Amino acid sequence: MCLALPVRVVELVGDSDAIVDLGGIRKQISLALLDGVVPGDYVILHVGYALSRLDPEEAARTLALFAGLDSAATERTT
Amino acid sequence: MKYIDEFRDGAPAQRIATQIGAETADTGRSYNLMEFCGGHTHAISRYGIGDLLPPAVRMIHGPGCPVCVLPIGRVDLAIRLALDRGVILCTYGDCLRVPASNQLSLLKAKAHGGDVRMIYSPADALKIAAENPSREVVFFAIGFETTTPPTALVIKEAARQGLKNFSVLCNHVLTPAAITNILESPEVRQLGTLPLDGFIGPAHVSTIIGSQPYEYFAEEYRKPVVIAGFEPLDVMQAILMLVRQLNEGRAEVENEFSRAVTREGNQKAQALVSEVFELRRSFEWRGLGEVPYSALRIREAYAAFDAEVRYALQTQSVADNKACECGAILRGVKHPRDCKVFGTVCTPENPIGSCMVSSEGACAAYYSYGRFKDIAVVGAPSTATATVTAQP
Repeated sequence: MCLALPVRVVELVGDSDAIVDLGGIRKQISLALLDGVVPGDYVILHVGYALSRLDPEEAARTLALFAGLDSAATERTT
Repeated sequence: MKYIDEFRDGAPAQRIATQIGAETADTGRSYNLMEFCGGHTHAISRYGIGDLLPPAVRMIHGPGCPVCVLPIGRVDLAIRLALDRGVILCTYGDCLRVPASNQLSLLKAKAHGGDVRMIYSPADALKIAAENPSREVVFFAIGFETTTPPTALVIKEAARQGLKNFSVLCNHVLTPAAITNILESPEVRQLGTLPLDGFIGPAHVSTIIGSQPYEYFAEEYRKPVVIAGFEPLDVMQAILMLVRQLNEGRAEVENEFSRAVTREGNQKAQALVSEVFELRRSFEWRGLGEVPYSALRIREAYAAFDAEVRYALQTQSVADNKACECGAILRGVKHPRDCKVFGTVCTPENPIGSCMVSSEGACAAYYSYGRFKDIAVVGAPSTATATVTAQP
């Protein structure tokens, strides 16, 4: 039910809509719940509405965490 | 797909699993962790995360599946609107097969001639209303905080357009109230039959409400909470973070899903929700019963779009099927395999209980991905073995 997916904003349409791309599928969604989205941004899409912006830097940090780079970094500093 | 595939990679999963194994090996304690959300339950079952965890780590399914906790009485209201009042009843696909009274569901009501329509977005319901000015259109809205802001937006849009034939039957529920209910339940507080050491916190609910509301559970109940995304690596990492908190005696709110969740959440969406909705004094949840201040209703300013006001609806409480264990499963007290009708009378094709309906339900997830795992493998008859060995 709370299923939501990260999608890339391709272009802005009208006041509060956007065309997004999800693995080649293009769809018009609403950006009414977010301010300041620009093409190229990734947003979390749920029932046709973008709920939040996806932060690429935080995503990279989480992936580094998975790779165990956090513990390596900690070991180096201690 | 970017931001999905990387979070499903098997190699890091093995690494995190090894780490969890190492950090739980010599502690001599158990780790009873509740994943609140159905999205997490689904990921754990689908990706076999349970198989990667050591026996000391036990995952308990929580009540965070809106389809599962929707009580029969509310589905009955929607069915009666479709069959007796002739409205166009719009709802999300998940709701269509929820079993209700008289062996009906919204899908069966459609077969009986009700105009029940599955929609992807609440905006579709609004469109249907605009296209059918001579018909009444009701949007049967369910969902946690994730799904509430879009409903608020369509109610405001209906008001702006001055639509006279559109209303919403609101069943939106609140996550923190349900967590409190579980932490205050006799099984956790007095009987101790449900050991609960920490929570994996919601992913997309938290994009809206932020991580701040969970701080109360960490402080007041001393239960660590780690907010996690719905991808398998997110869940694995969250389990590792919870294990570390418990080993170090910490009870904090940590955010694994930092790529989409902030402490404050989406304040624009929060403001919109509080403009359109207000708290209900009490709401019935399947499994949990009446939970105080756990759901939302439409404010008086938007009463023209409130189906409960427009049709003077009264919710009747209806008991679940006696054989169904959904209630105990939703409270984390029982497992689907403890239910007599699981996989026999009750299947995803013909669900008796709500947990078998949505793919996020504990029973449906276990049915689809795990039910044969716990059955002992029986060797082939000896004659077959002889045939195989006789071949060169």
